[in-house]
Amino acid sequence: MSIFGRQFDFMSLAKPFGIASIVFIVISVGSLVINSLEFGLDFTAGTLVEVGYSEPVAVSEVSEQLRNAGYADAQVVAFGSDQDVLIRLPVDDTVSQEEMANNLVTLGDDILASLSQGTNAELSINRLEFVGPRVGEELAESGGMGLLVALGIVMIYVAIRFQSKFALAAVAALFHDVILTLGIFSLFGLQFDLTVLAALLAIIGYSINDTIVVFDRIRENFRVMRKGTPYELINLSLNQTLSRTIITAMTTQLVVCAMLVMGGESIKGFAIALTLGIVIGTYSSVYIASSLLLYLKVTKEDLMVPVKENVEESMP
Amino acid sequence: MLNKFPLWKNLLVVFVVILAAIYSAPNLYPDDPAVQISHEDQDISEFDIGMITDALRAEGIEYFGDTVDGRTGLVRFNNLEDQLRGKAVIEQTLGGGYFTALNLAPTTPGWLQAINAGKMSLGLDLQGGVHFLMEVDMDAALERRMENNVSTIRQLLRSERIRSRSLSLDNPNLIVARFQDEESRSQARSLVRENFADLQTINREQGDTYILEMSLSDADILQLQRDTIAANKTTILNRVDSLGVSEPVVQQQGSNRIVVELPGVQDTAQAKRILQRIATLQFHLEAAPGAPSTSYTTYEYQGQLVDVSNDVILQGDRVSNVRSALDQQGLPQVVINLDAQGGEQFSRVTRDNIGTLMDIVLSETKTRSEFIPGENGEMIEQQETYEEKRLISHAVIRAALGREFVITGLSTTEANELSLLIRSGALAAPMYFVEERTLGPSLGAENIRQGTQAVYLGFGLVLIFMVFYYRLFGLAANLALAVNVLLLIAIMSIISATLTLPGIFGIVLIVGMAVDANVLIFTRIREELAAGLSPQGAIAQGFNHAFSTIVDANVTTLLVGVVLFSIGTGPVKGFAVTLMIGIATSMFTSIIVTRAIVNLMYGGRKVTELSIGKYA
Repeated sequence: MSIFGRQFDFMSLAKPFGIASIVFIVISVGSLVINSLEFGLDFTAGTLVEVGYSEPVAVSEVSEQLRNAGYADAQVVAFGSDQDVLIRLPVDDTVSQEEMANNLVTLGDDILASLSQGTNAELSINRLEFVGPRVGEELAESGGMGLLVALGIVMIYVAIRFQSKFALAAVAALFHDVILTLGIFSLFGLQFDLTVLAALLAIIGYSINDTIVVFDRIRENFRVMRKGTPYELINLSLNQTLSRTIITAMTTQLVVCAMLVMGGESIKGFAIALTLGIVIGTYSSVYIASSLLLYLKVTKEDLMVPVKENVEESMP
Repeated sequence: MLNKFPLWKNLLVVFVVILAAIYSAPNLYPDDPAVQISHEDQDISEFDIGMITDALRAEGIEYFGDTVDGRTGLVRFNNLEDQLRGKAVIEQTLGGGYFTALNLAPTTPGWLQAINAGKMSLGLDLQGGVHFLMEVDMDAALERRMENNVSTIRQLLRSERIRSRSLSLDNPNLIVARFQDEESRSQARSLVRENFADLQTINREQGDTYILEMSLSDADILQLQRDTIAANKTTILNRVDSLGVSEPVVQQQGSNRIVVELPGVQDTAQAKRILQRIATLQFHLEAAPGAPSTSYTTYEYQGQLVDVSNDVILQGDRVSNVRSALDQQGLPQVVINLDAQGGEQFSRVTRDNIGTLMDIVLSETKTRSEFIPGENGEMIEQQETYEEKRLISHAVIRAALGREFVITGLSTTEANELSLLIRSGALAAPMYFVEERTLGPSLGAENIRQGTQAVYLGFGLVLIFMVFYYRLFGLAANLALAVNVLLLIAIMSIISATLTLPGIFGIVLIVGMAVDANVLIFTRIREELAAGLSPQGAIAQGFNHAFSTIVDANVTTLLVGVVLFSIGTGPVKGFAVTLMIGIATSMFTSIIVTRAIVNLMYGGRKVTELSIGKYA
């Protein structure tokens, strides 16, 4: 049963949605290759200073002051309100690690001193972050590694608890989710920082949760139902889990909305990534994971049911 | 099918809820900002506290809860600002000999403290402060060790009268010795093998030159790295102590990095200067009279000039322990312990040099600030770093010295000071800042505010939705959800996990995802009802059928959490911890607690209808 009180023939749309997914993946990968990601400080290395003003300040003015003070490469953006600015300074390759560390000691004070000239506003440094070049590189490496390890572990678990076709379909769905989310971040130039990486892993957790619930139903129906082609049984399972899928997506999205509204600037990327993940993850458990099962010609024998009667095999 | 829990199961639920309530209670009592006062060598008296409180009153700073507890005194303040101002006033009032430290004084009732119920500590992003990641220069540590070896080998060859063409350190892990004939080389090789268990030797020929290459094995380099980082960590801990921070974190990260977190620190420049100070220690002999002027350096020591030979007889990293003590006559002395190789090396050198003066040189990288007049006549502070070398000990070698020796003829203060200096100099390698995050306290407060608001709003929305959609069953799920959050907070408090902003959002996310298990169960119950089962039968079947799905779904999510934890640093780790604990507790609450509540509502009696929303 479903909350809409009728049955949907989900799998009839497997082909068009499958093609759409492939197109989106191609676009995402294309954008990732061409535009790459707008990496945040955690990955690019450099220095970030958030300065709070006691009265509104123009970004262009701050840039100008910094340029005059010798910070030619400084990027200035407004942060949240017109009283906060975010200053980004790239890593200077010509400076040794030792010098960099030494400069850092006084960097905050220097910037504050050069910005206080010519303004009556009171300034304070809300936040100063510095990430060395090697740390950023290692983070990107361990982050990528972490994603792969997570996918690998999920694949092994599903293969043991279900079957290898299920494992393949589940991991394909997760790949799809990760690539599409990254693709959207790349296409729209959203900043990819450490919290977004965490969100990406949370998305994997959420999406696999969704997929497992559907798979569990498919497994049950394959074992219990005496009649029905895989096509019909998968459709039935999707309909049976549909209401749960929608409600869970909704409750999770409710709290993510709370984050978006209340969480402030620093958590925005995280919340946006999760929103994307919930939508894409819900979609992929139907049109990637389940469709793939059908495409991989999953059979009742795959689930090793002790069948009492000789049930006729049917292929889609 | 009565849907009744055995008594022990109900009691278990009640017991867990009570326990969770007790252990999450301490979080309701925020710490007071306080200043702790102590003295070098005497107890703090009521008189001291009286002086302090008088001074605070005179300055108009509000304080409360001033106490004396044997060695230390404590004064509490209303807010962080008063705390900082108060500390300055206290320092001015008390003067020399006293130490003041910023502190967070607990306000938890005694009985909670007695059962070890603590609170979650707040991450830097929630209370402000600095986070540093420091990288230890392992190459420098290796090079120093090998230089030390070169110097010892040179001495060995000389004393055994083995002639070499050259002996040098070609790269940080390669000592190359060149000999004229094979015999000298093989003698040298066995000599090296005898004295240096950790050096690997390789023979090579180049024309008529016989070459001996010596290097450390990978295992030995690893050991050196481990020792180095341990030494650096200890030194940082000592330095952090001098900053007077309430809950500093000093942790090793990876093989060559150290995380330093100083909550509440305002003057980050000062903190960095203190942490960054690099000190090294070297033992030398006094230069022989008439030695060429390039072979020695002149230092000033207690008003006289001393020529110290440039040859290093022992590096500071050979020092394993230093302490000041009293000898049998009650005279102060500094006791120095060396490691095995250091002891051997030292006894060889000192045996031949009894009566000569031994010098200890401490080099420190320091920052000095200068005030120079600016354009508008104001004074501008300028800082530069420089290396300061000083002679900290100049003593006669009275006997052949071994693994433990003493330096005597000092006053108590001198002995204390010397042992401190030697210890700080035994730090093995220089460090660099590779990451820094500073967060102002106002930003921390803002983060807490936004975080808790998001939790309330998210939680509220989910509660409303569940009751609206699942009626009485929704209420049961909501109660279970509340228990879940309580349990989550209790467990995080018990393991004194650090709550970070992403951690708070982990809680929010858990709230959203935790209802999933209940949704699974409830939709299943609705299905069973629609299939014509009796209400009691539907409840039992619903819970049973959903169980394996819930386990599978949660275990996979948990696995992802483990990966997140292992790759993450700082805030991300906090998020992963919350996620993992939350998944575990939500399984307990949504399966057991919800069931207990549902059983309480419907179990053991005849039911014709369930309040679970539409199902037909």
